Amino acid sequence: MKTRFGKYGGVFVPETLVPAVEELTLAFGRYKNDKKFNAEFQRLLREYVGRATPLSFADRLSKKLGCKVYLKREDLAHTGAHKINNALGQALLAKKMGKKRIIAETGAGQHGVATATACAKLGLQCEIYMGTVDIERQKLNVFRMKLLGAKVNPVETGSKTLKDAINEALRDWTTNVKTTHYLLGSVLGPSPYPEIVAHFQSVIGKEARKQILEIEGRLPDAVIACVGGGSNAIGIFREFVKDKKVKLIGVEAGGFGIKSGKHAARFADKKLGRLGIFQGTFTYVLQDRYGQIYNTHSVSAGLDYSAVGPEHAYLRELKRAEYYYATDKECLDAFKILSHEEGIIPALESAHAVGYLISNAKRFKKRLVIVNLSGRGDKDVVEAARVMGMKI
Amino acid sequence: MNRYKKVFMRKEKALVPFTVIGDPDYQTSLEIVKTIIRAGADVLELGFAFSDPLADGPTIQAADIRALSRNINTDKNFGFIKEIRKFDDKIPIGLLVYSNLVYQRGINNFYKDAKKAGVDSVLIADLPIEEASEYILAGRKNNVDTVFIVSPLTSDKRLAKIAQKVRGFVYVVARLGVTGARADVKTDTLQLLKRIRPQTSLPLCAGFGISKPDHVKSVLKAGADGAIVGSAVVKIIEKNLNNKKNMMYEISKFVAEMKRATTD
Repeated sequence: MKTRFGKYGGVFVPETLVPAVEELTLAFGRYKNDKKFNAEFQRLLREYVGRATPLSFADRLSKKLGCKVYLKREDLAHTGAHKINNALGQALLAKKMGKKRIIAETGAGQHGVATATACAKLGLQCEIYMGTVDIERQKLNVFRMKLLGAKVNPVETGSKTLKDAINEALRDWTTNVKTTHYLLGSVLGPSPYPEIVAHFQSVIGKEARKQILEIEGRLPDAVIACVGGGSNAIGIFREFVKDKKVKLIGVEAGGFGIKSGKHAARFADKKLGRLGIFQGTFTYVLQDRYGQIYNTHSVSAGLDYSAVGPEHAYLRELKRAEYYYATDKECLDAFKILSHEEGIIPALESAHAVGYLISNAKRFKKRLVIVNLSGRGDKDVVEAARVMGMKI
Repeated sequence: MNRYKKVFMRKEKALVPFTVIGDPDYQTSLEIVKTIIRAGADVLELGFAFSDPLADGPTIQAADIRALSRNINTDKNFGFIKEIRKFDDKIPIGLLVYSNLVYQRGINNFYKDAKKAGVDSVLIADLPIEEASEYILAGRKNNVDTVFIVSPLTSDKRLAKIAQKVRGFVYVVARLGVTGARADVKTDTLQLLKRIRPQTSLPLCAGFGISKPDHVKSVLKAGADGAIVGSAVVKIIEKNLNNKKNMMYEISKFVAEMKRATTD
């Protein structure tokens, strides 16, 4: 299997992890086209996750913006976000590999909940690493993980967010490789993870493409998705890559704005966002001139990460996908607008994609647009209320 | 003759203490390294602090954070080594770094600056041989040895590949996991040393989890040519942050004790 997307990606891991990465690469190569494996995975997606998720016409939002907006409703997948697709796929793979213990990192908690869910369903032992800053702002998801039988390990090191949780998970894996599968949640990390996660998430785009052709009889003009590591975006983009006329638009977390330095916009910040090697992969990373990794800021924990998935870097280089950002404020405005106009409370992550569309509605005048609504916002209401200065 | 060869051609086996440059601050760190040399270290392994040291355990990560909070950086790190070289020009100095620090300086520039500062070898914690060709080339070009790690899980086939690329010495992981002081050294080490020995004539230095004189004795008895002591030294620093005098005393005593274990 190739380990790179163009020049991006690779396997930058300690020697102690090389055998584990090789074992995983072999297993994935063996099962990804295995009929029995795929039948089992498809059955779980259908009967357990509730796929296909709908493609909903957002009529009131469309009217407001002057374009035709459809929402790919990953918020309606079991556990409330697209993360479950990959969690089930990898947990099933781990089971085939004979691993009994699963570890995972989580930022917003959605991947942690999805992993804990998949482990409960498939009878696997589960431990989740989560930064204490994220634990504080995502208490509800911490409780859900525990309820699902997972052990949540608080991470006190570094910035105490997603990247530190990944460091800890990688350390655990290094120590326990023989028994343990590391269920990475985004299109990040060393190869084969970016490919594995993209593979299991590609169901989103396959469904969306079919659905829009059924409903509208044509392909969309643009597909918009938020990009943290970038798994929901790759999940919906991949199927449209060959349709050259469909614009693929990724939206990073703009935080307090690029000039403030407090954001997670790896592509938009030309000074801090440069090529580098971080947590196993070669891609765009927010860093200082010596290569120390910058701490990010975003109102949404799930986009709060210093590096972007290598396949996004490649799509950008090829000019096949474009990347912009939405600030915390644009995100929160979209959070409110979508709730009001469509009766859908989006995850703060997904609200970045909606926020970009709202702020740039002119660009999409009379166009047909799909926004990937990667998750629902139930988990975010406490944090959103706090940021908006409301008391619950 | 290069510095490693001089040290390892002696009959006596080597003690290789590790510390992070700039931990807890630049001046104290200088004093620590000089203390380590005076106490009998044969080789120095010096770490460049990195914000996300995923191959290291909590002890060394804490050291990295202390050093970074005092604004250590790659320029200062090389300056530090130049100062050590004024103090001791004979002791081999190996670097332990993460790939992004090398990449950001420009791979060739990093090795060039390392050579200029007096560095003998560079080990990159998150760079397996598959990704290393440019780094190896820069090492060869600038006459800096490229050290690689082998672990108990490394297959024989892979050992052979690594043996072809490695220069200076082979870093043998004494047990699985990240760096950190552990209670015992596993028998895996013994087997690994036996497997790698026929593949290379380079010295074999065992590291990870070596914190007591008995550990030193057991890895050397198992066939290692040197024992790398990392987290244990850093722990002494951590425990004595408010008492520099005691810090130096304890480090000196510990290194001397570990050195004695290499000559038993």
